[in-house]
Amino acid sequence: MLKNTSGGNGRIVGGAVIVLLFLLPLFLPRFYIYLISIILLTGLLATSLNLPLGYGGIFQFHHAVFYGVGAYAAALMITKSGLSPWVGFVVGPFAAAFLSLIMGLICIRLSKLYFGMLQISLGSLVWIIVYRWYSFTGGDNGIHGIPVPEIISSQNNAYYFTLLVTLLSLWALYKIINSPFGSALQGIRDNPVRSGMIGINVKLHQLMVLVIAGFFAGVAGSLFIVVDTAVFPDMLFWTLSLEVLIMCLLGGWFTFLGPMLGAAVIISLRTFVSGFTDYWTLPLGILMMLVIFFLPNGILGYIQDKLYGKIAEQAEAVEQTDLAQPAVKES
Amino acid sequence: MEKGEIVAVIGPNGAGKTTLFNLITGVLKPENGKVFFKGEDITGLPSYEICKKGISRSFQVVNVFQRLSIFENVQIAILSRERRTWNLFTPSSRLAVEETNEILESVGLMGKKGRTTGLISHGDRKVLEIAMALGGNPELLILDEPTAGMAPEETSRCIGLIKDLSGKRGLTILFCEHDMEIVFGIANRIMVMVRGGTIIQGSCNEVRANQAVQEAYLGGSDVC
Repeated sequence: MLKNTSGGNGRIVGGAVIVLLFLLPLFLPRFYIYLISIILLTGLLATSLNLPLGYGGIFQFHHAVFYGVGAYAAALMITKSGLSPWVGFVVGPFAAAFLSLIMGLICIRLSKLYFGMLQISLGSLVWIIVYRWYSFTGGDNGIHGIPVPEIISSQNNAYYFTLLVTLLSLWALYKIINSPFGSALQGIRDNPVRSGMIGINVKLHQLMVLVIAGFFAGVAGSLFIVVDTAVFPDMLFWTLSLEVLIMCLLGGWFTFLGPMLGAAVIISLRTFVSGFTDYWTLPLGILMMLVIFFLPNGILGYIQDKLYGKIAEQAEAVEQTDLAQPAVKES
Repeated sequence: MEKGEIVAVIGPNGAGKTTLFNLITGVLKPENGKVFFKGEDITGLPSYEICKKGISRSFQVVNVFQRLSIFENVQIAILSRERRTWNLFTPSSRLAVEETNEILESVGLMGKKGRTTGLISHGDRKVLEIAMALGGNPELLILDEPTAGMAPEETSRCIGLIKDLSGKRGLTILFCEHDMEIVFGIANRIMVMVRGGTIIQGSCNEVRANQAVQEAYLGGSDVC
């Protein structure tokens, strides 16, 4: 959790990183600015997934659907309605949140893996509609050349806009995790039965977190239009969901910034390794295995454990008790 | 049950004590019969509704939030009672701090409040169980084997705590327990269950003298 690092040092480092991010366009070439924009918005997508996944213990397997639907809703609004693109950027996240509500209402009846399986099915249904409905969504061609407001159309300005919105969203997500709602959510993750017993309406809280996560996935989707001026069906294909899930696990799903770090690692890997070989997933697979064996709490989780040594022992103790009492969790 | 009473439920393993508690607190739904609390029918309500009516419970097998600290465990219970879990933007670190500290103080966990519950001793976790139940500010507190697996000194601390809760807070307490010393030591009334049914309800002396209880539960007159 970020709150472990939010002491004096954490703030200074965080502030320095933000200032550096704002200064980057002054000396980095265009390609890298584009790359960092993509990392930022994908990181936001992963962080929004981590809200139900890492903090809520909900197996949201098909999160990319909300990213894609947010992007498509914004793109269709912009290209079909003739309204200002800004309207599209607002509609996108809300459309994603709405879809999340509908899918959540259906899936929330199930728990754990069954939730995840049903969600993949429903998400794939949405994907196939987008993929096949040529007259409306452009089918597998997607939608290209989406007009973007003048002020954020240059690449640097698109970068600044993405950075600003990402930071604001992360701030909001951080607030949510540390609010009473966030506490209740973590309680539900650790022990849904007990949460009900102290008066928390478990399903309603889970539904709420899914809607919030869907909304911020939609924000990320809208940002993709700003950066790339295009949308395509791959944005809501399940392989992207898997990639985002891996980002959370790789970076550390019990930490706030872990998913962002995971996004940076995976996107950099894909970009730079695929320059040498088509099989860029090979090093990713090896990296993933190393992480699973040696850093079960993810990269950032590991760093935090090292910085605050006792937390490592705690996590271990938690895992042992988890293993020792599976009946409690299931009942 | 009367207000302020301490009632013990006893019976051999598998008699249905925990099942009874599950029925009262809405974990299981009864096929027959009804559950009444303060004259109100609460049969089949979801457990979060029943909690809001003023019934809290602790569990036989430790059932806490493993990754959170002792403080947070109790705090969530309080926030939930105050219906603040829909608050998305106030940092919870500032909410309900006093009341949480008060409860931790009263159960003697204050010194360890920052520790992750996955790490603390079994006895402390059982006490935390009770502290979390108290966070709901209940009128009826249900304790499922509060001292199971505790070391002797922890057990006596826990008994003192239960007596305190009934004495100072005026809580009505329903608990089950295998240790007869504890049962006869703190209960006002005892209810004996065998194979899913109640065979007798009465004061300690009545139960001790009852022939059916001795046969069914104590397994013959030669025991104690």
